[in-house]
Amino acid sequence: MQSVIVNNLSKNYGKEKEIKAVKDVSFDVSPAEIFGIIGPDGAGKTSLFRMLTTLLLPDSGNASVDGSDIVKDFKAIRKKVGYMPGRFSLYQDLSVEENLNFFATIFNTTIEKNYDLIKDIYIQIEPFKKRKAGKLSGGMKQKLALSCALIHRPVVLFLDEPTTGVDAVSRKEFWDMLKRLKQQGITILVSTPYMDEAGLCDRITLMQQGKLLSTGTPTEITGSFKQTILGVKAANMYDLLKDLNAYNAIEDAYAFGEYHHAVMKENSSEEALQKYLEEKGNKELVIQQIKPTIEDSFLRLMKS
Amino acid sequence: MRTLRFLLQKEFRQIFRDKSILRVIFIMPAVQLLVLPWAADYEVKNINLAVVDNDRSDYAQKLVSKITASGYFKLDRYTASYADALHEIEKNNADIILEIPASFEKNLIKESASTLFMAVNAVNGTKAGLGASYLQTIVRNFNEDIRTKWVQAPRFNTQSQIDVTHSNWFNLHMNYKSFMVPGIIVILVTMVGSFIAAVNIVREKEIGTIEQINVTPIRKYHFILGKLIPFWVLGLVILTTGLTIAYLAYGIIPVGSIFVIYVFAAVYLLAVLGLGLLVSTFCNTQQQAMLSAFFLMMIFVMLSGLYTSITSMPVWAQWVTKFNPVTYFIEVMRSIVLKGSTFADISKNLLIVFGFAVVLNTWAVLSYRKRA
Repeated sequence: MQSVIVNNLSKNYGKEKEIKAVKDVSFDVSPAEIFGIIGPDGAGKTSLFRMLTTLLLPDSGNASVDGSDIVKDFKAIRKKVGYMPGRFSLYQDLSVEENLNFFATIFNTTIEKNYDLIKDIYIQIEPFKKRKAGKLSGGMKQKLALSCALIHRPVVLFLDEPTTGVDAVSRKEFWDMLKRLKQQGITILVSTPYMDEAGLCDRITLMQQGKLLSTGTPTEITGSFKQTILGVKAANMYDLLKDLNAYNAIEDAYAFGEYHHAVMKENSSEEALQKYLEEKGNKELVIQQIKPTIEDSFLRLMKS
Repeated sequence: MRTLRFLLQKEFRQIFRDKSILRVIFIMPAVQLLVLPWAADYEVKNINLAVVDNDRSDYAQKLVSKITASGYFKLDRYTASYADALHEIEKNNADIILEIPASFEKNLIKESASTLFMAVNAVNGTKAGLGASYLQTIVRNFNEDIRTKWVQAPRFNTQSQIDVTHSNWFNLHMNYKSFMVPGIIVILVTMVGSFIAAVNIVREKEIGTIEQINVTPIRKYHFILGKLIPFWVLGLVILTTGLTIAYLAYGIIPVGSIFVIYVFAAVYLLAVLGLGLLVSTFCNTQQQAMLSAFFLMMIFVMLSGLYTSITSMPVWAQWVTKFNPVTYFIEVMRSIVLKGSTFADISKNLLIVFGFAVVLNTWAVLSYRKRA
């Protein structure tokens, strides 16, 4: 049985229901899978999560989490899911230990009972267990929030933008923790605006303006990108981008870190591009083949 | 039960950790009870008087010294020009002008009649009204004195006269403090019970912890009880603090039973907590809750009979006071503290307040939606 099943789920806001936050979304998540929902701010990720965690009622469609319907069996779901909202929402005026204890208690369990599950994470904040949660650093707050979301040994864990505003080292640590949790058999749904984190998920879905653009493993998604992408670099990057966009054998060109990415139309050649750019007076020209990334796929899906 | 116990433990922990809330809870009643009763006194004192004396006679002197000796009036100016005195009123230095006409004494002796002119600054209505009537009383007494001195009193009074004397029951010396303090205690209990509770619930919404609570299997009523019980207890603590201060600072000891006060307060707190809960369901931020509370509190205080008598309000306002739970508690507090009312006397108010509790809490629970 699939851990999470979502069928044509929709949510609209506003008086006339005119703001469509989630449009007809369907996907499945297998047990013990890390499923990433990748999308920019305002894509509808949080609304989707809030529906799946029974905080919001869908307008149409249905979904089940671990076999329980999100509308009919909301009580059952609340017992078995863990939810970590994007905003830190623990009691800032209670200490680390008190927060954890409180959440353990309201789930009718104790820290000791599930300590093995949170041990890896909690051990890092244990030296500060007497400190108030509001006085913790960003990374530590997030570890505490994760511990609190895990304390009742949930079957499915929902993490809404867990790494937003967290430094690179903590982000990496966080993903390592998620991998370990997955080994414990916990299904993890994680939303993120960072494309580079997509590769760390088992499967991902790209979401934009309430719609899912494409779902699959990261390799499937990048593999579906059939066109050639060339990375182009020159002395004057700004003029280069203008020249690339003016070139008729290029479908799309955009800045991408050190290089500009140029998505080539079929039957175009690297040599022709090089010749064209040199004629335009670009100096120190470097052109190389690029393996499409998730971000390239996303940009292409967004524009089509 | 276990969940509720932990919710309560958490709630009390948070309250006792929040220094600013503690200050509000314990210092506010102390300050209000020590300061307000002195200010909220209906007796008008220190009325500034400007005397225009066109006579400068012995009698005029006697009249003025009688007025100033009363303790209610302060002589601001003693002048011979009305314009000068009026200027004092314009500058807000004087409240009342008393003009003594020329040949005041002469007329009084020769014709047994004379006139005085009084001009009152009515910008402050209370002061003007009471000041003028005090002054009239003093002048009348002065008149009596002269009569007894000059007119040979007949053996039997030719005019029939009704002399009225009065005594103040339940508050022998008409001490405004013993009247105001019980009312202020009620206001304090109301503030803690409803508004601090409302702000506290809204805070969970504002910082997002309510989301985290909502995804847990916590029951709706557990959460609500976990919020209400601490403030119910705090309300009773405030009542105790208030009664203690009333005793220590003003020597006010309730004539009636303290137990009756507590029973009524316990029920009353249920009503105001329901109100607090209701306010919290309509607000999303602490600021909104504070402003709604401020608005409601003004109405509660002004239309509760705390400062002004309800029976002298217009009929529509009297109806509004009937929908104000504060009215009932103030009435009960005053009657128990001053008069020694018993359960039987307050049973009607108790029943009404219980009705408030049922209606407000039901409404609040219905509008409190755990699920959006």
